[in-house]
Amino acid sequence: MSELIPTIIAKYNYWIYITLMMIGLYAMIAKNNLVKKIVGMNIFQTAIILFYVSIGVKKGATIPISTGGHGAAHEVVHAADYLNPLPHVLMLTAIVVGVATLGVALALALRIYSRYNTLEEDEILAQIRKK
Amino acid sequence: MSQQYPVLIVIVPLLSAFAISIAGWVNKRLCFPIIVTALGVAVYASVGLLLTVLEKGVVIYHLGGWPPPVGIAYYVDHLNGLVLVVVSLVALLNVIACKKSIELEFPDKAAPFYTLYILMVTGLLGIVVTGDAFNLYVLLEIAALTGYGLLAMGEERAPLSTLNYLYMGTIGACFYLLGVGYLYIVTGSLNMVDIARLLPPLYQSKAVLAAFIICMVGVWLKMAFFPLHAWLPNAYTHAPSAASSLIAPLVTKVMVYVMIRLILTVFTPEFAFATLALNNVVVWLAVIAIVMGAILALAERNLKKMLTFIIVAEVGYMVGGAWLGNRAGMTGAILHIVNDALMTLCVFLVVGNIVYKVKGYAFEDLQGLFRKMPFTMGAFVVGAMSIIGVPPTCGFFSKWYLILGALQAGHYGFVAALIFSSLVSVVLFFRIFEICYYEPFSDHHGHDHPPEPMDEAPLLMVVPLLIVAVILILVGLYTGDIVNHVIKFAIPEGLV
Repeated sequence: MSELIPTIIAKYNYWIYITLMMIGLYAMIAKNNLVKKIVGMNIFQTAIILFYVSIGVKKGATIPISTGGHGAAHEVVHAADYLNPLPHVLMLTAIVVGVATLGVALALALRIYSRYNTLEEDEILAQIRKK
Repeated sequence: MSQQYPVLIVIVPLLSAFAISIAGWVNKRLCFPIIVTALGVAVYASVGLLLTVLEKGVVIYHLGGWPPPVGIAYYVDHLNGLVLVVVSLVALLNVIACKKSIELEFPDKAAPFYTLYILMVTGLLGIVVTGDAFNLYVLLEIAALTGYGLLAMGEERAPLSTLNYLYMGTIGACFYLLGVGYLYIVTGSLNMVDIARLLPPLYQSKAVLAAFIICMVGVWLKMAFFPLHAWLPNAYTHAPSAASSLIAPLVTKVMVYVMIRLILTVFTPEFAFATLALNNVVVWLAVIAIVMGAILALAERNLKKMLTFIIVAEVGYMVGGAWLGNRAGMTGAILHIVNDALMTLCVFLVVGNIVYKVKGYAFEDLQGLFRKMPFTMGAFVVGAMSIIGVPPTCGFFSKWYLILGALQAGHYGFVAALIFSSLVSVVLFFRIFEICYYEPFSDHHGHDHPPEPMDEAPLLMVVPLLIVAVILILVGLYTGDIVNHVIKFAIPEGLV
């Protein structure tokens, strides 16, 4: 136990993303309501976004912008000093993808609701079986 | 011009999607010529690209002139050159063949349908052409999101089946993204060739192992590899016929391509097969996939749903072949991507024609079809023979290579599964032939009533279908050339 806690604290970002991911996965598997499943899916996606964002972060680092303006001599930028913007930029795309997926999923849920008048999966399946 | 082929393959369909949605407001009749032209350009560019690759070797295109690893590179070698031609050709033939059924099924929604269709093809072509691991994820989602839209336009249960597919598809894509994240942590690069260069000293790292397994599970989810296949049959069955005959041949096959690309280029066969030693497990999973796909297909009383279970079995062929870990198996898997795309297109176009004329695809609806639709059913026989694996249709040759690979690897379970599934396919398809030969049961016995007149689908639907059937036989006859000139160079020297 005394070893476990420091390991968790040292890599807490990974533990958080795994926990969130599992919450999302649980909701998608276990919940009966379609909208709750969609929310679970969104939590799942967000967990991965958090993972990417956390791997790009560095304590005490600066932004990756060259401070020397035009005309000034090129100053050396040390890679160790600034934080890597690439994972964060990638996640802009992933956020857009997540929003689009959420939109499509909710549109489908609307279509389902207008057809079966319910969003509970077991009730929908019962209606399908009755036909 | 010819240097720009790699980007034209993606840009032309992408921009034409905007053109189509605008044309939908102005004049609906403009949509079809635009989509055919765009896909024609894509076919032309991909054939040109394949010829360039055959002549000069690998083509690398730097988007915007930024060299990798900073910029995104399109990387075309023999493997994806071949898959590009198949994807663009299938998309073009399918849109021509489905024009009538699109007009019939959704008369006011033709323009949005074409827009989604071409965006989906853009995504699929992009997945195949790109050499950047993250770019692949974005295009994967483009293909998936448009695919959900297309599938949900189908019959009454379509939205629910599509929503189930959406959950699974999103998990799959997220897993792939997570795997790429782990690769990025250890290598700091997203370019596939660059990752492959940086990985060898890290093969023992647990992060690389995690990345590989997470990526594989994601891709397997997307391609409906057996235990993860539950979304596929319903989603494809309830879809409109024009959408299912695009998505069923292409999506699973493109995902198999992604898996092979990850194994061959990103992680290299030495890591995937030698360091990891997971082959046996995955091939046994593939055996279960093939057997279960065949058995579940046997239980169906509905042509379209039966075909979707055959797709599940076919995915098992390709995954198993790729994971046998030898040259013959990999050749069989790559060849089967081509063949299976074409034969699935063939049988799903037949379903489209039947739905167009008979308005149903349950077994009872199929009676007397050989008299009613002789050309459609002729093409169906060719497609069925190819799925069973009768020479000279192309399905025989890929099965031959797969069995050869399994024998070399000493994996007799896989051989047995392939033969079992071929035998089950014989039962499946000859049962349908039998139903289609007999006329509908009539009440007045003894009276001669005139046989039903021929009622074939329109020429625009039949001609592309017959072209596909001829291609099935041609690909079979020229298998030797495809293997010796293209696939041989697609597999790295190291894999024996």
